[in-house]
Amino acid sequence: MRTKLGLSQDKIDEARELAARICGPVMKFVDGHTSVTVERATLRLAGADDADADGVPVPNLIVDQARDRLADGAFRLYASALARTGDSPERLNRKIAEGLRLADLPPADEASVARKADELVRRADERVRSNREYREARQAEWKDRNHRPLLYLIVATGNIYEDVKQAAAAAEQGADVIAVIRTTAQSLLDYVPYGPTTEGFGGTYATQENFRIMRAALDEVSERQKRYILLTNYASGLCMPEIAAMGALERLDMMLNDSMYGILFRDINMYRTFVDQKFSRMLDAWAGIIINTGEDNYLTTSDAYEKAYTVLASQFLNERFAYAAGLPARLMGLGHAFEMDPTIKDGFLYELAQAQMAREIFPEHPLKYMPPTKFMSGDIFKGLVMDTMFNFVSKATNQGIHLLGMLTEAIHTPFMMDRYLAVDNAKYVMNNIASFYDEVEFREGGIVRTRAAEVLDKTLEFLRQIEATGLFDAIAEGQFADVKRPKDGGKGLEGLIKKGPRYWNPFEEHLTRTLGLGK
Amino acid sequence: MNIVRPYGDTLDDGKVQLSFTLPVPDGAKGREAARQMVLKWGFKDCDVVHSAPLSAGFSFYVAYGKTETSVDYDACVADEHSAEASMSMDEVNEYIRRELGRKVVVVGACTGFDAHTVGIDAIMNMKGYNHHYGLERYPEMEAYNLGAQVPNEKLIEFAGKVKADAILVSQVVTQKDVHIHNLTQLIELLEARGERSRYICIAGGPRIGNKLAVELGYDAGFGRGAYADDVATFIVKKLAERR
Repeated sequence: MRTKLGLSQDKIDEARELAARICGPVMKFVDGHTSVTVERATLRLAGADDADADGVPVPNLIVDQARDRLADGAFRLYASALARTGDSPERLNRKIAEGLRLADLPPADEASVARKADELVRRADERVRSNREYREARQAEWKDRNHRPLLYLIVATGNIYEDVKQAAAAAEQGADVIAVIRTTAQSLLDYVPYGPTTEGFGGTYATQENFRIMRAALDEVSERQKRYILLTNYASGLCMPEIAAMGALERLDMMLNDSMYGILFRDINMYRTFVDQKFSRMLDAWAGIIINTGEDNYLTTSDAYEKAYTVLASQFLNERFAYAAGLPARLMGLGHAFEMDPTIKDGFLYELAQAQMAREIFPEHPLKYMPPTKFMSGDIFKGLVMDTMFNFVSKATNQGIHLLGMLTEAIHTPFMMDRYLAVDNAKYVMNNIASFYDEVEFREGGIVRTRAAEVLDKTLEFLRQIEATGLFDAIAEGQFADVKRPKDGGKGLEGLIKKGPRYWNPFEEHLTRTLGLGK
Repeated sequence: MNIVRPYGDTLDDGKVQLSFTLPVPDGAKGREAARQMVLKWGFKDCDVVHSAPLSAGFSFYVAYGKTETSVDYDACVADEHSAEASMSMDEVNEYIRRELGRKVVVVGACTGFDAHTVGIDAIMNMKGYNHHYGLERYPEMEAYNLGAQVPNEKLIEFAGKVKADAILVSQVVTQKDVHIHNLTQLIELLEARGERSRYICIAGGPRIGNKLAVELGYDAGFGRGAYADDVATFIVKKLAERR
């Protein structure tokens, strides 16, 4: 790719080296630990599902039963019970839901447990592989039928069956990606609810059954439209790996998955988050799921012009953590956003510089570009114009995933016609400037080049400072988004476990092998 | 008397622009349905200037109507409630800088055995709720969210340590009136220590109204639908008042 900004490759390389040095100690910590949700995700892959009469999911019941021996992992207990009883996972799940205590069963012999483990891993692997193959086949068959960038729309009715209708309409209007919003604060639940749900605030629960229902509906629309519609959900929060596991099994195509979002914006404990994000990203890599990182959140917190460098720094860190979990660049939807104050003189040029910079530094990554939200008001007419400017920058810099802005952003969850206007606007702009990216270059010494170089410089300075402090301490001191998070504070720390010498997780072993992560 | 009507390009032409969706397919019949709809709303004239299909069974319309309805501007009185409306996050921060000249310290928690942090998080977390950022995001505030299942004693101790201006208590679980017990105990503890007047005490939760909170000895209560800006506005105005 030809550079239009003339950024120093040495500086970009230095930033990547700094990111690697910053993430190194964190990864070392991560590899020595597991968490309750990593264990539950593993159990889900092995077939644990269902819930007891009080709605407590079976994976939680098993992990609770194994609480005092989690240093060994929870998998052995489940696999041993399957081997000993000869039950199918479904049958064993029901028994557990009805009160069976796995520890009461005499353990099966090592050889049959190992055989059972092989069988369970093979079965999950086949299912996930066939999901990938299905997706790839469809995408090859309907090549070039999606928009570029992919148009991404959100549905959030709070009822999965209503979500399905809205999603189908959005896809028919032209959306390539449908994201289903979860209910407020699901990210803080340390379990994933079971079954289809029809309630919630600003969205309904992410459950495996809801994933299945939405996937089936979108496959139908895809078939009609001859266009593969990608399905997105949210893996951030206390159940990151479990949601990723469910997504892998039910063929979701994208997951919101940021390495630090939970720490900064949900006050989840930092150690827990880093452990959870690694396993969840390994699952995403295995299933071919594109992650969407959450850099846009920095800009709704801090000033988008002043703190632009925090976005680039976070992109470098997210990239590093993602590589460490086996994700290739083409599955990294690094985030950023069009959030500068619209009254800034030349603000459009600064947005252009930021977006082009991200494009050049992360050339293979399907960048996830977020629309204006912070300065959207009740003036829907102005809002539509701001979205138009955003659409222009996105196409002009060849972004990968384009979250459509809504003219009613500041007012209500989108009406059906709001989504239509958003798609219509984007289609107009993106068709009208289709070849702009190939036509335009930026003047040496001009505003765009100068701005991009400045942001890169500041990013380097910021990364050096973090490297000197150490990432854990940098977060504790509030160097990110001005939020201070004490190391032992936040939610979920009690669910973090140091792996013992007998720790056994054949799924993790399988993924480590498949993804080429062996040391 | 000052009789006014909507103004398009001529005084009293009564022109109004409308856009809406109907759950019917796009087409001549849909446009006629849209036109009749506008006339039934009381408009005297209607031009459906645009229609488009949203999906197989839904269509979008832009229409202009002409109304003869008028109001007497002189007789309009602004809703007192809206005049008292909460300040925005920026306004609150500006108010603190101008009126108080120092950071405002707020401590919040779900007390007792209540593990439901949804409410306190909506008010305090960075991300806030429904486009209303939480107190942690207010540059002129220092906000400490202690989370769930915090004993009242610990909350008071912490508030003393950080020299809090306000204590926020969230109670979601109301089974067997456990919230009343928790809320009352906090006030009693503060009074026993002679520290009640030191803090602005605020209770919140879906079943907690201002009336109940005040009865229990709090300065205010916030129920369903309250956002961080409402709570922040109350705190800073009360602080300015007390000064």
